[in-house]
Amino acid sequence: MNFFHILSEIEKTDPEVFERFDSRRQVFKHMTGFGKKMTAAALPLAMGAIFNKAYGQTTSAPGVNDVLNFALKLEYLEAYFYNIGLSGDGTIGNNTTTAAQTALRAQFSATNLSSLLKIRTDENNHVNFLRTALGADAIAAPAVSQFDFTGGKGTNAGPFAGLFSNAALFLAVAQSLEDTGVRAYKGGAPYLASNKDVLTAALNIHSVEARHASRLRTMRRGGPMNDNASATAGAGTGASPKSWISGQDGGGASPAQTAPIYAAGSAPAYTPAGITFPAEDNVTQGATGAAAGVNLQTALASLSFPAAAFSEAFDEPLDVPTVSTIARTFTITGSTIF
Amino acid sequence: MHTPSSPARMLARRSFFRVAGAGAAVSALVLAGCGKDDPEPPVPGTPTLSLGNFVATATSDPNITVLNYAYLLEQIEAAFYDKVVTTPPADLLPGELAYLTDMRDHELIHREYLKYALGTSAYDNTLATPLVFDFSTFTLTTRTGVWTAARQLEEIGVAAYNGAAKYLTSADHLNALGKIVSVEARHAALAREVLQPGSFADNVGTTGLDDAKTPAQVVALIQPFVPIAISTANLPTT
Repeated sequence: MNFFHILSEIEKTDPEVFERFDSRRQVFKHMTGFGKKMTAAALPLAMGAIFNKAYGQTTSAPGVNDVLNFALKLEYLEAYFYNIGLSGDGTIGNNTTTAAQTALRAQFSATNLSSLLKIRTDENNHVNFLRTALGADAIAAPAVSQFDFTGGKGTNAGPFAGLFSNAALFLAVAQSLEDTGVRAYKGGAPYLASNKDVLTAALNIHSVEARHASRLRTMRRGGPMNDNASATAGAGTGASPKSWISGQDGGGASPAQTAPIYAAGSAPAYTPAGITFPAEDNVTQGATGAAAGVNLQTALASLSFPAAAFSEAFDEPLDVPTVSTIARTFTITGSTIF
Repeated sequence: MHTPSSPARMLARRSFFRVAGAGAAVSALVLAGCGKDDPEPPVPGTPTLSLGNFVATATSDPNITVLNYAYLLEQIEAAFYDKVVTTPPADLLPGELAYLTDMRDHELIHREYLKYALGTSAYDNTLATPLVFDFSTFTLTTRTGVWTAARQLEEIGVAAYNGAAKYLTSADHLNALGKIVSVEARHAALAREVLQPGSFADNVGTTGLDDAKTPAQVVALIQPFVPIAISTANLPTT
């Protein structure tokens, strides 16, 4: 069996066969090992795996409804979080206020509480908007019991335990959810381009999530009782974030749990060639198709701007699998929502 | 779907960009040195500013039109913040100059990125001197005036990007635009907060959606800052 002869034959009908295996040609590193380690009997099996990687459609590019339903799941995650913390039993449209919620509310200044309630309202409206847009294709509302916002997978004793009675923890998780949302919508946008109205609506939600993230970062800089956005300029770290993401933000509000929110994603096989999911500290922009972009920090070195500015100027997208992994931080063991 | 990139074009882009970095520094100096006594030089070339050709012909490219539109917006924002950071109002509160400087840096990087992405298709590629923008409608001697202007410009930016994204036919450019607009939204929210705590999303209505404006609406808003008439004839409308 001449493996390269087979590839050569395939190339006649599919000129991109070599690229399909792996754009970084890592597959050929693996193949180096084949000759040494593998018996002839095992070779067909290994080849099957290689071809599956190249041509297998284990995942296909998401359609418009797939993207919207994924966005809807994230909006449920966000809305339930604010609902449980501030008002209601978690579900959309329930506005009773418990003693525990009153106690959390009391830890914020009136203006900051008003901002949090506005964010809550926006997230509930996003759920309703997406449900309306999807109509009969919308997923069923997940049960509130599917979520554990402490990060405890259902024990309610995870690393964020006490978040609904501790203002600083509440803001830390809130910022984490909003920054995740911004990256997720950005990652979904290219798959909505076939429907201009839906794309515009999704971008209109996307920028609202960014406003929320910015506001929560203001609160985290000044503290829950401080209304003044000018209180401190922010160091760009997890503890005192800027209003925008600086580098990888020191891993975010709680690096052990939140670092992936600011780290690199991983492009699924269906991703268009020019789109990548770098970490938030990325400074290379403008890739088109197979052509690499430009390192702005290098190209604009004459401006003498701080290195962080080049990463801050651009937020980065995240892919669905990576966002799902992040979102599963807040679901219970066995949940299949994400 | 994406802009064809021949090796020759790549080379041209690279060499162009080396110049672009230096050019940005020079234009910043020109702005800084432009006092009230210096009459603005007349802008040579056509009396109207056309941002591209969206007429549906075989050679039209809506991506170029939208990128030029974004490029003009970023030029205006960058020039505004550069002016403010160079001559900040005396009553800025502690921390505010750091915010404004970060925002200047971001907008200038956006501008240079779009200039790179457009290459020779940039609307001002053949202009002898860059446009000098007019901010005389703003009060830039007080912090309230500066932040009011910043809020206005950032809100125009968010609504413009949200409204123009649908005209792009390149997934790469759509991806890049998304990376920029959320940073503009973070800026807009901060500018609002500085002026009025709690107002970060006052423009977000009962649907939970942000604003999207058409290019024609945006051009009407930015025309006061641009020294020559902006033609809307070639801007996309559908």
